[in-house]
Amino acid sequence: MTTDILPESSQDDVLAQADAWLDAGDKVALATVVRTWGSSPRPIGSQLAINADGRFAGSVSGGCIEGAVITEALETMEDGKPRKLEFGVSDAMAWEVGLACGGEIEVFVEKLDA
Amino acid sequence: MKRIVLKELRRARDSRVPATLVTDLSTGAQTLIVGEAFYGDPLPDASELEQVIDQVMVKDKGRTIEAGDSRIFIQPFNPPLRMMIIGAVHISQALAPMAKITGYDVTVIDPRTAWATEERFPGVVLDQRWPDEVMEETPPDRGTAVVTLTHDPKIDDPALEVALRSDAFYIGALGGSKTNAKREERLKESGLTAEQIARLHAPVGLDLGSVSPAEIAVATLAQATLALRGPRRKG
Repeated sequence: MTTDILPESSQDDVLAQADAWLDAGDKVALATVVRTWGSSPRPIGSQLAINADGRFAGSVSGGCIEGAVITEALETMEDGKPRKLEFGVSDAMAWEVGLACGGEIEVFVEKLDA
Repeated sequence: MKRIVLKELRRARDSRVPATLVTDLSTGAQTLIVGEAFYGDPLPDASELEQVIDQVMVKDKGRTIEAGDSRIFIQPFNPPLRMMIIGAVHISQALAPMAKITGYDVTVIDPRTAWATEERFPGVVLDQRWPDEVMEETPPDRGTAVVTLTHDPKIDDPALEVALRSDAFYIGALGGSKTNAKREERLKESGLTAEQIARLHAPVGLDLGSVSPAEIAVATLAQATLALRGPRRKG
């Protein structure tokens, strides 16, 4: 493999990356898919780890909502408060960050304690 | 997430021990359950929690439940799938990396030391013992797929005799229909029941008309996936 991050890095890779960032003194947030409705690109339990530089490992969708999740994750790193995010066709936000596949998902974002 | 929860979760993953993460989505309070041990916050008070945890672990699929004003997310962390590939052959050279990307812990087993070499299998876990010896040490469980590819009954048969008696969710063996008929006779003579032998997928892989070793690997991995997940659309 020549890429640093595989398109579908395994859950263990995501947790290992999060742990490594914490070890390096970075702030880290973890996003997890907790609910899906209809067709969704990634199953329940899929995770995305994000550090304060906006670097990330893993995925919570096929790439459609990662940008928005990362923005919220940076907020969570600052205030320490967990967040519940919903994305889907019924959500006005969908037009901006849209799930092209038409599914709906709920993502939980939490800060990882140092 | 508390650091101890992350540390213990990673430790459970590394040692292939099942774990369950219970999260209150309103407060972020979290409990990690590993066997009899609990880490993080106290478990939330929900009457059906214990039952849901069992279901989530068996189905290997996370779920949210309502508990008073908040919702609780229960996430299973079952050990990674395992694939034991018997035979360090051409097909294995394609199958091992493909299975790895798909999420399997892969071991290639072949007692013929000239075949199971680091040069032919860069980055793959190799075991140069006899397959039945390896499988006695780490028995195939319900998260394990076993694929025999050597074409040599001396190596393949002992592996199949163990695998067909185990909980392995997928067992496949290379060989055309003639080879397979003879193999079934031998397995019968070794004391396996018709029911056990019927679990064998042979010739290995979905019928994709595969020609090259890599294409046979695709067909095999596809068949293992089907055995694990089942078709989404029935009929």
